[in-house]
Amino acid sequence: MSKNTEFVKFDKVDKSYDGKVLVVKDLNLNISEGEFITMLGPSGSGKTTCLMMLAGFETPTNGEIYLDSNPISNIPPHKRGIGMVFQNYALFPHMTVYENLAFPLRVRKVQKDEIDKKVDKALSMVSLSGFESRMPAQLSGGQQQRVAVARALVFDPAVVLMDEPLGALDKNLRESMQYEIKHIHENIGVTVVYVTHDQGEALTMSNRIAVFNDGKVQQLSSPDKLYEEPVNSFVAEFIGENNTFGGEVTDISKDVCKVKLQNGEILANPVSVTSKGDKTTVSIRPERALINPKDKMDNNQTGKIEEVIYHGDHTRVRLDLLGNKEFILKVPNSSNDLDLKLGNEIKVGWNSQDARALDPK
Amino acid sequence: MSSETKQILTTDGIPLEISLKKAERKNKIKAFLLVAPLLLFLIITYIFPIGEMFTRSIDDKMITNMLPKTFKSMESWDGKELPSEEVFASFLSDFKILVEKKEHGKLAQRLNKEKNGFNTITKKLFRQVKRNKIDETQSIKEQIMKVHKRWRNVEYWQAIKRTAPPYTSAKYLKAMDMYLNEDNKITQVSEDRRIHRILWLRTVEVAFFVTVFCFLMGYPIAHLLATLPMKYSNLLMICVLLPFWTSLLVRTASWMILLQQQGVVNDFFVMIGLVSDDNRPEMMYNKVGTYVAMTQILLPFMVLPLYSVMKTISPSLMRAGKSLGGTPFVAFWKVYFPLTIPGIGAGCLLVFILAIGYYITPALVGGASGTLISNQIAYHMKTTLDWSFASAMGLMLLGGVLVIYWLYNKLVGVDNIKLG
Repeated sequence: MSKNTEFVKFDKVDKSYDGKVLVVKDLNLNISEGEFITMLGPSGSGKTTCLMMLAGFETPTNGEIYLDSNPISNIPPHKRGIGMVFQNYALFPHMTVYENLAFPLRVRKVQKDEIDKKVDKALSMVSLSGFESRMPAQLSGGQQQRVAVARALVFDPAVVLMDEPLGALDKNLRESMQYEIKHIHENIGVTVVYVTHDQGEALTMSNRIAVFNDGKVQQLSSPDKLYEEPVNSFVAEFIGENNTFGGEVTDISKDVCKVKLQNGEILANPVSVTSKGDKTTVSIRPERALINPKDKMDNNQTGKIEEVIYHGDHTRVRLDLLGNKEFILKVPNSSNDLDLKLGNEIKVGWNSQDARALDPK
Repeated sequence: MSSETKQILTTDGIPLEISLKKAERKNKIKAFLLVAPLLLFLIITYIFPIGEMFTRSIDDKMITNMLPKTFKSMESWDGKELPSEEVFASFLSDFKILVEKKEHGKLAQRLNKEKNGFNTITKKLFRQVKRNKIDETQSIKEQIMKVHKRWRNVEYWQAIKRTAPPYTSAKYLKAMDMYLNEDNKITQVSEDRRIHRILWLRTVEVAFFVTVFCFLMGYPIAHLLATLPMKYSNLLMICVLLPFWTSLLVRTASWMILLQQQGVVNDFFVMIGLVSDDNRPEMMYNKVGTYVAMTQILLPFMVLPLYSVMKTISPSLMRAGKSLGGTPFVAFWKVYFPLTIPGIGAGCLLVFILAIGYYITPALVGGASGTLISNQIAYHMKTTLDWSFASAMGLMLLGGVLVIYWLYNKLVGVDNIKLG
């Protein structure tokens, strides 16, 4: 069975609330059937607006959204057949769990025994069988969350939208719910559009992540690619930790370029620089820079230790390196032969491949 | 460990329980002292007057004190035929004391209320006593019976006997257009004199419809208030609260200006040709005026509880209802409306209770067909000075409100009320 790669399609969508500022600018996004896609971005980046447009609570100012090749801008929310999990669950507080789950089926005039069967199945899917007669207020946050997920899935929608559904849970519960939602998605193969500002959540759960900033998709790719190969400095900054150097390209070839910093020069991977004289921001992940590297590396520098913070499984070391006083290193706890003391000078090396020369900040 | 059986001591060696009680007693006394002034105030201004009203409404001691000997001697009278000489004699001796104290007029008034005709015959008896025409050595019964033929009528003596108990339910019966007849049976007054029952029914009817109108108008307003952006909702809130900041009299007077036959509304109707100039409808001094003015005045009491409840309903619930496939109406009816019931209950109860005792507005714009029971109470307080009757009606009103409250509690549950 070939999957429709344009199951949900945003086509040149613009959205403005006040006629002055565009919250979403020229959004083009294809979501394939059965995919788990996450819209990730800081607050105000337009990701929730996109979700609301897809759900039908907001209308695009320009452009069109297609669901299974049908334009849906003029279809009211209740006819779209899209399930949605809200930020604060939005369970109906005056109905029992059973009635909450039966609501979408009752409005669709499903037979009573059919409703019972479906509610039963949905509740067992989120391992809440036997909770039918509870009121939402009698459930814990995690249980409410699961009821909300079950309710969004019980009427077999083609697409399920989740708007920061785990935001109100504590850290441990959030993590276990991440896996649970991921497993549900894998088991039933529904298309999920998930909105979050938590990058950890996005990296754990998604097939693909769309990083939003300033109303635009900055990068759309799989989690590993997003982390390893950010295409611009916003993505590099937003996803994971990052050491940056601002400078100017002095020499450039196909795989490597020379970047002149304020006090020094480094070799970098030319990602978004094309010619000599380009301003650039070079981004290096902390775990890619090694102390006293055994292998040969094409960047070798010396830095002074400014701060050492013990983190249990690793130690974070802040260096003053090439004029950057915020250069972070992550040292695994196993390498205890190092002399990490304040003020010590240590040697640091990295490959030019891992130093990505991106657009200037 | 035997820590469960051992008494736990504080570090000073005092048993923990005693120490705890001591520490909490101080707080309790402090808390009580804080509310004590209010409690005192409530007792003086609320509980005491209600008690006073109650005793006044059933009090009939005046006549009991006026004719002590008469009632004493009447105890053995069966009330079927004219009483014995002894009763007549004690009545005369009581009456003489009253004449000395110049209180015979009061007696006449009171007895006349019980049975028409006492005024004349008491006056006649007074004249005879004043002139010392009654010879106590002869049969007093015969002499009194000669004063006026009514003194020979057993019904008048029965009436005197009926006033004997120090307490009476007559005022309550009167408020229901009923009275105790000669045989001590509850009887309805003749049809042309039944005025109170109409007033009660009208009061309930007006209160009910005012509540319905307030609900129909207040619900959308409250919804708008709860969903509009802050800057608009504040303005609207001021409009809703504006009536609170204007004197009740001013508001009612402005309704009079608007609604009278030569008033603004009628002028407008004539101008747009809805009615002809010589056929202006009467919108005041009848029920229409009462409805319009009371609905406007009581509207905030409906809007505020509704608003405070609606404010707590997350807009995402309606969205959830729609995204799950409910049409906007279904989402409203199945999700939003049930959640506002506590506010509806509070608002309706508040408006109904306030409306049932409303006084100034119906007095000013109600006219003859728009007056309510409260106006009748005021009439008896100020004009007839029959305070005990006014008290009885006031208490019946209070009882009615309590019954409504009880019913509401049974149907909806008072715990569900939300005022804010």
